Amino acid sequence: MSPENVNCLPESDVKLTLGLPGGGPISAKPAKPPAAKAQVVGWPPVRSFRKNAMKSCKYVKVAVDGAPYLRKVDLEIYSSYQELLNALEEMFSCLTIWNYLNERKIMDNVNGMEYVPTYEDKDGDWMLVGDVPWKMFVESCKRLRLMKSSEAIGLAPRTPSKNSSTS
Amino acid sequence: MLKKMSYSSFPEDVLEHVFSFVQSDKDRNSISLVCKSWYEIERWCRKRIFVGNCYAVSPRRVITRFPEVRSVGLKGKPHFADFNLVPEGWGGYVYPWIAEMASGYPFLEEIRLKRMVVSDESLELIPKSFKNFKVLVLSSCEGFSTQGLAAIAANCRNLRELDLRERSEVSLSALERLLGRCPNLRTLRLNRAVPLDKLANLLRQAPQLVELGTGAYSAELRTEIFSNLAGAFSGCKELKSLSGFWDVVPAYLPAVYSVCTGLTSLNLSYATIQCPDLIKLLKLCPNLQRLWVLDYIEDSGLEALAASCKDLQELRVFPSEPFGVEQNVSLTEQGLVSVSEGCPKLESVLYFCRRMSNDALVTIARNRPNMTRFRLCIIEPRTPDYLTDQPLDVGFGAIVEHCKDLRRLSLSGLLTDRVFEYIGTYAKKLEMLSVAFAGESDLGLHHVLSGCDSLRKLEIRDCPFGDKALLANAAKLETMRSLWMSSCSVSFEACKLLGQKMPRLNVEVIDESGPPDSRPENLPVEKLYIYRTVAGPRFDMPGFVWNMDEDSALRLS
Repeated sequence: MSPENVNCLPESDVKLTLGLPGGGPISAKPAKPPAAKAQVVGWPPVRSFRKNAMKSCKYVKVAVDGAPYLRKVDLEIYSSYQELLNALEEMFSCLTIWNYLNERKIMDNVNGMEYVPTYEDKDGDWMLVGDVPWKMFVESCKRLRLMKSSEAIGLAPRTPSKNSSTS
Repeated sequence: MLKKMSYSSFPEDVLEHVFSFVQSDKDRNSISLVCKSWYEIERWCRKRIFVGNCYAVSPRRVITRFPEVRSVGLKGKPHFADFNLVPEGWGGYVYPWIAEMASGYPFLEEIRLKRMVVSDESLELIPKSFKNFKVLVLSSCEGFSTQGLAAIAANCRNLRELDLRERSEVSLSALERLLGRCPNLRTLRLNRAVPLDKLANLLRQAPQLVELGTGAYSAELRTEIFSNLAGAFSGCKELKSLSGFWDVVPAYLPAVYSVCTGLTSLNLSYATIQCPDLIKLLKLCPNLQRLWVLDYIEDSGLEALAASCKDLQELRVFPSEPFGVEQNVSLTEQGLVSVSEGCPKLESVLYFCRRMSNDALVTIARNRPNMTRFRLCIIEPRTPDYLTDQPLDVGFGAIVEHCKDLRRLSLSGLLTDRVFEYIGTYAKKLEMLSVAFAGESDLGLHHVLSGCDSLRKLEIRDCPFGDKALLANAAKLETMRSLWMSSCSVSFEACKLLGQKMPRLNVEVIDESGPPDSRPENLPVEKLYIYRTVAGPRFDMPGFVWNMDEDSALRLS
């Protein structure tokens, strides 16, 4: 089977690449697609209604200790903790948030306050953001609270443990 | 000596009475072809008409031929419109039909539409024109809002079936009023916005429901909500079909346990329930005939299904993460094999998975020669047999060879022209074939068009099929409802030729990048939709659709 038939339209974003050197065209496995794969229109054949239905937009409240009102963020639009924390930083621009991964504390430029990101999970417990894989977090997070560092003494670890699956 | 029967001496009303026992469209059509008098008698007593392609015939012509119709079914856009392959504005408007039927069918009772554009204006015409209206089913339709539905709900007293499943906004109070006014309502499908704590009240107002689609199936865990709901469900003695289950909180699932033994159809395909909860539920449904579910069911859940639901006829397993790169659940070909082994009546399958083998397909084919609909979607295009790295030709070949009554087939995975040879040779009852990222040359298409005697609908995308097979089998296209080809290799030149040679076909080229004649003629067209018609070129083509018949071709150049 020749993947490049001269009369064929270019195959948009789906290419049959030969993964194994020396392998014949038919028996070669298609190379594993890169993680950020451009999607082929209409494939797999899942109806838009179903796609949108499954794409739960996951809006959760974000409370910051001391702020007069709460905000809401859609967790589904982020793909990692880093992205979420960056977005929260922007949203509450006077704060910086303790970043579990980089040991970077976030200072409130005005008050010099530090904040630790926490969340309430499905069981109603308040957890430190960053322990579980990102997807699991999105699944179980019901609301976020940026807790004043002073309150979080004893909870926030001083050195982050190596957790390669947190994003 | 045998006396020859003279059919014309047989009293008309006797014939009409006999014909009334013949409900199938196909048989009715056959009856009408016997002789002129049978044609006449039949056309006056046909009560139900189905037009599979709204552009194949004009509404006026239908009404003229069948003056006493009470139920109309129409389909509009090609199937691939479901997957965003048909641009917005393509067509499929129901308004002209309803407008004509308003004068032609004042006693119309049922309208069933699929993939059509339905404006609020069209809906508002319904109660105004049809005093006895009973059934409205809008499946995969668009273009209307709550306003249009409200007109139906407010004015159609005899409403028996109202399917709102794909609507995003419906007022709860409007719904409650509707239920109060329509005691005959047998089918009700709510949308996600209707909260669980309101469901119990709705159910109490409509205990006669046979088919129910819940709204969001989640609420805070409170015992009074649960017992209220469970009580309401236990009052629904006629319930046969359940669907909905958006945003499920598993703790609320037991509320439906009381109706499970009576259930024949269960659609959990929006429910993110994990395997253990699914198994618990399925074990209580021994009479289940149809199950739609997400791949959270996994192989182990399908094994349990095979053990508990011996009456299962239809299984659809949808992907929870269709765009994920890796397997997120343990669902493989094995699950399908288990069900094919354990469920002797299984005849209709839609299965999304990430790997398949020829062996598994052969096993499934041997287990289930009674299969009539088989749609397999291996999520990554051109995926070979995971055990042997070979194409899946042999596996699908076994399906068409063993399943002699196969009417519908969707292919996926790595496939050469060989699979089409098998299909052309064996799939004699095949009516609909869907092909994507498959084949090597025109020979593949030729096998299908020349071999599949019963083929009515063929849809192809991203295959190296071109002019030769299409032009060589032009006559075949008039025996089919429609052919869709996109991202293939059919040239504009060939489309024009086809359009000019075949006046009873509408050969429509869809090209959003501009008029196809502004480029060299031997270049492939983007998308092609060919369908037989007695209505000639349609009048509502948008700017990106060109008809290839003689006059249009002249207009183009």
